Amino acid sequence: MAQLSSNLLLIAFFLYFLSTLMFAVSVTGRRFKDKKGIERNRLGTYGYISSVAAFVLAMGYFITRWIAGGHAPVSNMFEYTTFLGIMMGLGFVIIYPIYKSRVLGLFTMPVVMLIIAYASVFPTEIQPLIPALQSNWLKIHVITTALGQGILAVGFAAGLVYLVRVTDFKTKSKKVTSLELVFFGLLCFVGHILLNMGFSAVNYEAEFQYINEFGQEAPITYQLPALIGPNEGTLLSEDRLSPLVNAPDFIVPDDLNAVIWAFISGAVLYWVLRLIFRKPIGGALQPLVKSVNPQSADELSYRAIAIGFPIFTLGGLIFAMIWAQIAWTRFWGWDPKEVWALITFLFYAAYLHLRLSRGWQGEKSAWLCVIGFAIIMFNLIFVNLVIAGLHSYAGM
Amino acid sequence: MSKVKCECGHLNPYGTYLCESCGKPLKEDDNSLANMRYEGVARRSQTYKKSIVDKIWNFFSSVKVGVWIIVLTLIASSIGTIFPQEMFIPPGQPASVYYYEEYGTMGQLFYQLGFHNLYSSWWYMLLVAGLGVSLIIASIDRFVPLYRALKTQRVTRHPGFMKRQRLFKKADTVTEPSEEIKKASEVLKERKYNVREENGNILAEKGRFSRWGPYVNHVGLIIFLIGAMLRLFPEMYLEDHIWVREGQEVEVRGTGGEYSVRNDDFLVEFYDPEDERFREGLERSGGDVVKTYQTTATLFKQSSETIGAGEKEEVQQHRIRVNDPMSFEGFSLYQVDYKLNELAAFTFALEEIDGDSEGLEDVRFEVNLYDPEPSYEFDNGYRVEIYDYFPNFTFNDDGEPSTLNRIPDNPRFIFEVFAPGEDDGELSFVGIQLNEAIEEDNQYRLRMVDFETNHVSALAVRRDRTLPILILGGIIFMVGLVQGSYWHHRRMWIQERDGELWIAGHANKNWNALKKDFDYLAEQTNIPAPNDQTDEQDESERTDEGVREADDNGSTKQ
Ligand code: HEM
Repeated sequence: MAQLSSNLLLIAFFLYFLSTLMFAVSVTGRRFKDKKGIERNRLGTYGYISSVAAFVLAMGYFITRWIAGGHAPVSNMFEYTTFLGIMMGLGFVIIYPIYKSRVLGLFTMPVVMLIIAYASVFPTEIQPLIPALQSNWLKIHVITTALGQGILAVGFAAGLVYLVRVTDFKTKSKKVTSLELVFFGLLCFVGHILLNMGFSAVNYEAEFQYINEFGQEAPITYQLPALIGPNEGTLLSEDRLSPLVNAPDFIVPDDLNAVIWAFISGAVLYWVLRLIFRKPIGGALQPLVKSVNPQSADELSYRAIAIGFPIFTLGGLIFAMIWAQIAWTRFWGWDPKEVWALITFLFYAAYLHLRLSRGWQGEKSAWLCVIGFAIIMFNLIFVNLVIAGLHSYAGM
Repeated sequence: MSKVKCECGHLNPYGTYLCESCGKPLKEDDNSLANMRYEGVARRSQTYKKSIVDKIWNFFSSVKVGVWIIVLTLIASSIGTIFPQEMFIPPGQPASVYYYEEYGTMGQLFYQLGFHNLYSSWWYMLLVAGLGVSLIIASIDRFVPLYRALKTQRVTRHPGFMKRQRLFKKADTVTEPSEEIKKASEVLKERKYNVREENGNILAEKGRFSRWGPYVNHVGLIIFLIGAMLRLFPEMYLEDHIWVREGQEVEVRGTGGEYSVRNDDFLVEFYDPEDERFREGLERSGGDVVKTYQTTATLFKQSSETIGAGEKEEVQQHRIRVNDPMSFEGFSLYQVDYKLNELAAFTFALEEIDGDSEGLEDVRFEVNLYDPEPSYEFDNGYRVEIYDYFPNFTFNDDGEPSTLNRIPDNPRFIFEVFAPGEDDGELSFVGIQLNEAIEEDNQYRLRMVDFETNHVSALAVRRDRTLPILILGGIIFMVGLVQGSYWHHRRMWIQERDGELWIAGHANKNWNALKKDFDYLAEQTNIPAPNDQTDEQDESERTDEGVREADDNGSTKQ
């Protein structure tokens, strides 16, 4: 069953890739308006069908894994992150029929793939549930939150479409730089995934002895070459890079190390792409979105946020509070994870008010969608891995 | 200040920009699109600007201020997660040194600025209070006039109103306008529009209730904030905990002795490392993973008049687990901690120091470490008294024997042994792996021959009387949120003017859906879909880009 489950996920991943390709061809194909042009555009529909099929198979993964493990697969980093990707795919499946925007598909599908691929960097074994996680409310909370965040992430993709569409990449400006930073950030994820796949393919491991945050000696194994060593660490493995500096004890050292590698690899990838395209990444993407009406991209991103916000609030705050009341004896405890859910909530509330009453539409609004997504990812990655708290899946 | 009379006869409050009834612009302006945010009504904050009350009102009713408060709360909240809050630092560590030692100068700064207790600081509470005040004032400022305007709106609108709508068209090619309007009315009714007619003109409206969504959700939010504030009163919120040993019955603190709970059994269960499903997962975590913490507990009640004396009534038995508390009368008991194998009883045997201990075989006794008997007597005349007992032995500051607390982690006794017929006893000091005669020439010695242990379970006691308020607030909030987000207010005005057909439409959001409805109408009747006047503006702004292919994806242009 577990094997079937991973196979289903793999096929789903492939279908997301296929969907990306079809949307890409469908969008670029439009430039050649020949007689076959109309036929080519049907590819957009195929792209959508492919994304629906991918979602169905991904749910197959979810259900079979649930059966195999006996609990909903949303209880560690791999499971949650994968599920977030699937929910973003679902968000797209819901929103596409309303606006029929193929460019949205072209921007959403790669992000979905990126999130799912990122998930597989974490340990994928099925783990038993510790008592604190044995609750139906936890499942409900996590599933709803992921759905909300997934739909908000579609808003991010639409915001990105808008920004790429309207920004003038011919001249240097702050806007161009900021947008390039966003692409750089996405490339860091790509780099991180590639590095992890590469080093785990050759079974790279570097073992250290170090002093953990409780002041005790403990072993730790790095999966990537250590630039940042653990607190007072000594390298035990032979022929491994010895760290440049050691991290203080309150930081999870191998995660910090991985983050630094992600930045380095992201920079390399970015530089390579710049060399290939000889222009900003956004500028290279711009021809793909030139057929988009900015106003509809703007409205689309707003719709996605308006649909996602109540779902996120229900899952990330209300169900979270119900679960916390049952599991931790109090509905709210200012745990970092909770605080960041609140911050996400406040952020999107501010977005809605700015948009509604202060006329923040178009460019400003699109930037807010980008920042909102950054907050969601920050909550997923940084808060889980670096600022350890009650909800943390750290070390899993 | 006087009311303003419109040419349609309606009396509008001072400051009105579009007549509440017919929509005629009452103030001179250019011919730009009408600001439809609040139907052009007079809002208190836009009208009165003189007194101090006005100024405070206007300050808090501004969305700009509201958003600032939200953003400041957001930033403050995030600062609080840079380092752990004081409540999360290891117990027993003074904050004054902890932050510096763990996080260096930044930690020191964090501590000195009071960020280690940020969420209970006065200024954070002030921000949240400001949020609440702003919510209330902004909502009242807008809700009342908006409600009036939507209630008084009439069907036939002033040409100036129609022209200034974002979706508008004048059609002079329709041959029989009044027939078309009738047909439109039927079509729109089928589409669940609420259609009103007046002199052959129609106003078709749908989803007006969604306009109240924001106000409903703000009310929910306010109720929630009030509930949260009430927790500051001790009556509303009780937080305590009790340790209960297996077999022991303990009063539930906070119930005034009315309830007590007995720990029938405590259990920790681990996952089976051989379990196929989790084998790999368990190998990675490299240790035992707990499956269950469970206290089987029985709850007793006695009526408050007879506390201590009366009969106890067994109320319920429950297996308390993490995620499954025992609840009764607003109280909940949660499994929060435990201690395995706490010492519970020692069994001692008496021996002669230099002898064969003949005749002493029966001098054995068990001492309950929680509640020892003061004296133990035996048939053969021997007697052992407890001279002193230190459950958790230590030397105090004066170097004298003492105990840290009543928990028998390191129990020590001073026993006094009386041989038959003797009035003077021998004192000895006995503990784990320790047996010292206190006087030099002791003849007897007490030897520990057996011990018993017990599991102890910690239960948190909670009673939160604010919960019903919070739940109510939460439900109202969600209802309002859904109401305002998943439905939209759409209106279509279709009128005949001098043989021409005037069509206008307004949506508070989701124009896309309104346009689709107009398209549908155009299919079913001869009424053309109106133009989006913002599109036309856009077009003129963007001609230089020249990259527009409007008929593509999801375009709002129809
Ligand atoms: C965290 C707190 C808040 C939440 C969650 C919240 C939520 C909302 C939501 C969901 C809407 C509807 C937005 C839309 O339909 O796109 C809304 C509208 C609004 N909110 Fe808030 N709000 C909050 C705080 C405030 C504050 C502090 C103010 C004070 C200025 C305010 C004033 C308004 C106004 C004026 C509207 C527009 C109402 C209308 O459509 O006429 N809100 N709010």
